[in-house]
Amino acid sequence: MIAARAIGDALRAALTEDDRVILLGEDLVDPYGGAFKVTRGLSTDFPGRVRSTPISEGAVAGLSAGLALAGYRPIAEIMFGDFLTLCFDQIVNHIAKYEAMYNGKVTCPVIIRTPSGGGRGYGPTHSQSLEKHFLGVPHLRVVASSLVHDPGAVLRALLAQHSPVLLIEHKLLYPLHLMLPAGGRIEGDMAEVHTSADGLPTVSIRPVPREDCSFTVLTYGYQAELARRVLSRLAVEEEIFGELIVPSQISPLDWEPIDASVGATRSLLVLEEGVEGFTWGSEVAARVSARFFGKLHRPVATAASDPTVIPSSKTLEADMLMTSERVEQAIRKVAV
Amino acid sequence: MTMTATMPNVGSGGLPDAVGEPGEPRAERLYRRMRFIRRFEESLLDLFERGLLNGTTHACIGQEADAVAIIEHLGDDDHVFSNHRCHGHFLARTGDAFGLMAEIMGKPEGVCGGIGGSQHLCAPGFMSNGVQGGIVPNAAGIALAKQLDGGAGLSVVFIGDGTLGEGATYETLNLASLWRLPLVVVLEDNAWAQSTPSSANLAGSIRDRFTAFGLPVFEIDSTDIEELDAVAGRALAQARTQQGPVAIVIHTYRLCHHSKNDDNRPADEVAARWKLDPVEIHGRRLDASARAAIDAGVESALQDVIDRALSL
Repeated sequence: MIAARAIGDALRAALTEDDRVILLGEDLVDPYGGAFKVTRGLSTDFPGRVRSTPISEGAVAGLSAGLALAGYRPIAEIMFGDFLTLCFDQIVNHIAKYEAMYNGKVTCPVIIRTPSGGGRGYGPTHSQSLEKHFLGVPHLRVVASSLVHDPGAVLRALLAQHSPVLLIEHKLLYPLHLMLPAGGRIEGDMAEVHTSADGLPTVSIRPVPREDCSFTVLTYGYQAELARRVLSRLAVEEEIFGELIVPSQISPLDWEPIDASVGATRSLLVLEEGVEGFTWGSEVAARVSARFFGKLHRPVATAASDPTVIPSSKTLEADMLMTSERVEQAIRKVAV
Repeated sequence: MTMTATMPNVGSGGLPDAVGEPGEPRAERLYRRMRFIRRFEESLLDLFERGLLNGTTHACIGQEADAVAIIEHLGDDDHVFSNHRCHGHFLARTGDAFGLMAEIMGKPEGVCGGIGGSQHLCAPGFMSNGVQGGIVPNAAGIALAKQLDGGAGLSVVFIGDGTLGEGATYETLNLASLWRLPLVVVLEDNAWAQSTPSSANLAGSIRDRFTAFGLPVFEIDSTDIEELDAVAGRALAQARTQQGPVAIVIHTYRLCHHSKNDDNRPADEVAARWKLDPVEIHGRRLDASARAAIDAGVESALQDVIDRALSL
């Protein structure tokens, strides 16, 4: 099943299982069903609970906060991740603050979903991966969809707890088929699922046993799919063996599966599509370097997109984004 | 003037000296509530000067009648969202003077354990936040929850004239009107946004900003609680019977500085407005001995609150 459909089914299950779940966002209702069609059919089956809103991202986030404070479970869609900037005040100064600043008297369990990322030629303001600006916001979970995580299980876990969530969905994942671990494998690779105390999965994928892997690659979202393909090919064609770690929650991180892998490989590469500088990778590098001081074979490597605007031109976009080629280059550097 | 307004049971745990004694004549209760808020705010400023508080505070001296008049007409099903200048609204809503004093003193016994402080309060049926504008969609979300619940409650949000500069306000007015949400926006226009007069902040008409979105506007320029009470009664009655949001615009005046020691307004302007002090306007209506008894009761209850909070 393709990711867009699986996410839609996860939302349908949430609406079915809990009357308090409300979906809000621009152009969600049928027949349009959302800019990326993830919510298609839901407004027809859940009238009044799946609502198209005016073009007012700040108010959509703010309204969701009020709903959540009053006991509902709003799931807002921000049509493009780029527009998260319009929700920043609500996310940082309202949604993520209420429970803590009211000393636990209320919870504000808002979930904000947003299609993100480039590769579609949408240009500077419809292609970004802005999640790095939300990493480390106290009391906010940042979660990223990947093909190796079941969207239904992730959403159920997120609805079973009360912290607010920013859920990043890379738009290139939508038409791709999920590749969920089954019987300890994903295609020809070994796959292991580590579930955090909050029920959020991290998937480890390796072509050979961990002790035979010479490096670890940590990434999420669409980058995880690019890295999986590269690693799978390098294993078959060149007997280069690396382990891929794909967390569903990217902030705060569940360090256990990361440390388990790095403890064995002593080598780590962190990949992300967001632009380089003050990144997810820098934070991971700092933490892992401190924990594994003197034990790593090489400094933690990071790779991210170039720090500039994302051009509309297909070739110019490919020059600055973390494409499959750049993922492979980064992996080869740690594989030597 | 409406004489049948319900007392907010939400605040039934509050101090009688702050919210009114059982069976007290309405005119005296209104005075008591305003007087308590006034003296609470003055006491805070005094505690700051004595170095017993840190951080900041935004006193509502001069605006007490707005809080009391509106909240007199609210019940348990209603919710109040307030802003940085929230003590009057909080006290009128909850009467929990000790919880507020301890909160502002940063004590664990405060309503938010000392984390929220002066601007970030939470109690049954009440919340406040210190960022301008953002509380308006939050209040609308609570209104949507009430609509979905199918109950009769209103979501009331207090904003100031300065908040009319924030885009979130207008996004929310549009949405609230479109979805016919049970939202009541109470705008306290106190003529100054921090140090900037309304004339340098606001183009066009305040009323038109609401009517443009289809909200009925109840507008009043007064610091007399009896006049405010009458308008609040009419506005909230309409909010309860019609489908959709309502705006109440109160032209008032902040008699104190914005926060602490930051007042550059013309002294003669401020002095002229002291002649319209809402506590005094209404206090003059009371029998002198009744007024003195209330003043003494408020003073003693407030001193007890301060002493208990200081001793924590």
